[in-house]
Amino acid sequence: MSTREERHTVTFEINGARKTVAAEARRLLVHLIREDLGLTGTHVGCDTSQCGACTVEIDGLAVKSCTVLAVSAEGASITTIEGLTPGTDLDPIQAAFHEHHALQCGFCTPGMVMSVRQLLKDQPAPSEHDIRRGLAGNICRCTGYHNIVRAVESLASKGEQS
Amino acid sequence: MIPAAFDYVRASSLTQAIDLLRNDPDGTKLLAGGHTLLPSLKLRLASPALLVDIGDLAELKGIEISETGIRIGALTTHAELFASLPLNEQLPLFRQAAGLIADPQVRNRGTIGGSLANADPAADWPAVMLALQAEIEIAGTSGFRTILARDFFVDIFSTVLEADEILARINIPRPTAGTRFVYRKIRHPASGFAVVGIAIALRLSQNLVSEATIGVTGAANHAFVGEDAADFLIGKTLSRENIDQAARLLSEATECLSDRYASADYRANLIQVELKRALLALTP
Repeated sequence: MSTREERHTVTFEINGARKTVAAEARRLLVHLIREDLGLTGTHVGCDTSQCGACTVEIDGLAVKSCTVLAVSAEGASITTIEGLTPGTDLDPIQAAFHEHHALQCGFCTPGMVMSVRQLLKDQPAPSEHDIRRGLAGNICRCTGYHNIVRAVESLASKGEQS
Repeated sequence: MIPAAFDYVRASSLTQAIDLLRNDPDGTKLLAGGHTLLPSLKLRLASPALLVDIGDLAELKGIEISETGIRIGALTTHAELFASLPLNEQLPLFRQAAGLIADPQVRNRGTIGGSLANADPAADWPAVMLALQAEIEIAGTSGFRTILARDFFVDIFSTVLEADEILARINIPRPTAGTRFVYRKIRHPASGFAVVGIAIALRLSQNLVSEATIGVTGAANHAFVGEDAADFLIGKTLSRENIDQAARLLSEATECLSDRYASADYRANLIQVELKRALLALTP
């Protein structure tokens, strides 16, 4: 076996818990999160960094985890959709999505919610234009964008953010 | 999609990264933001034996602003360039251009050094660097060398970088007071890349153009300076006729790319349209 398939030890924090795992250098972060850690709320959609279904937060920034190597996460602090609330409660963004019917099939929803977190951090009171631009990295294949925008607008007007 | 297996080293110094490149120039790739490299690994367009992750190298990070100019580390992300207040106070062009790159998540990872070193003919930063008369600082085995951005791009995905060199920093001279800037592009609707993009730095004194630099991307094999058009504008007003003539000169001087997105004729037309729009945006 070539050294290329050797496993590297990676230590990071995910949803507040410290983890040390072994991963091949080529292992993508999204596969580590889903398959090794069992956090299947983060989805794989396009697998080519277009659709945003795999969006997670690394050190407070929304990124597409299909385009990050697991070994690059050494020392990072990661938040996935499962980390927003303990148990089965909804966080304010999830509650707004529920309230405004901002999901149809739900596949893009975890990535959308993670991107909305970043959007509201950068712009607590975004306009409709800001919201559409801020979510440009997330594709809803059901094309249910209007209600997603409405959900985010409801958070902006109440000044809520998580 | 899964990349082919590779070895991985997280470099702890620039020297170590350069040594690793020198050991196996053909089989080694540098990893910065990874937003071009990882997709090409996943598509098996590239299968390097070794990835050298340069993400920890502090000497490649940060934005420094001094009396003489601005120094940007190669690892600075598009999002950092978008958000930096001191930088955009001096050169709002950075916010304008960074905001047109890809999407927020990609901007959080992708780096300016990666964009320049990759030299995608449709990337945005090359045009901006040309308009700003930037200088690229390159680290190699015998220290640093610098080269003007206008001499840096050689061909499609090809620059003057040797296999054992690393793009380290970008130096931008402080622009003359009163210089105005613009970056515009026709954005490919799917990829977000520039079908044609134009960056201009321009100064007017008493309504006459006293300085002009035009950087063009997307149109040809690599980003280039629109010299004839800029020279023509010097000493003239930004009248409709002068703008039209500059646009014609730029278009005539360009050997346009033809690909599945746009024919060479269409690009030749887009260059004219975008240069006119860019110059109109700079007209007081």
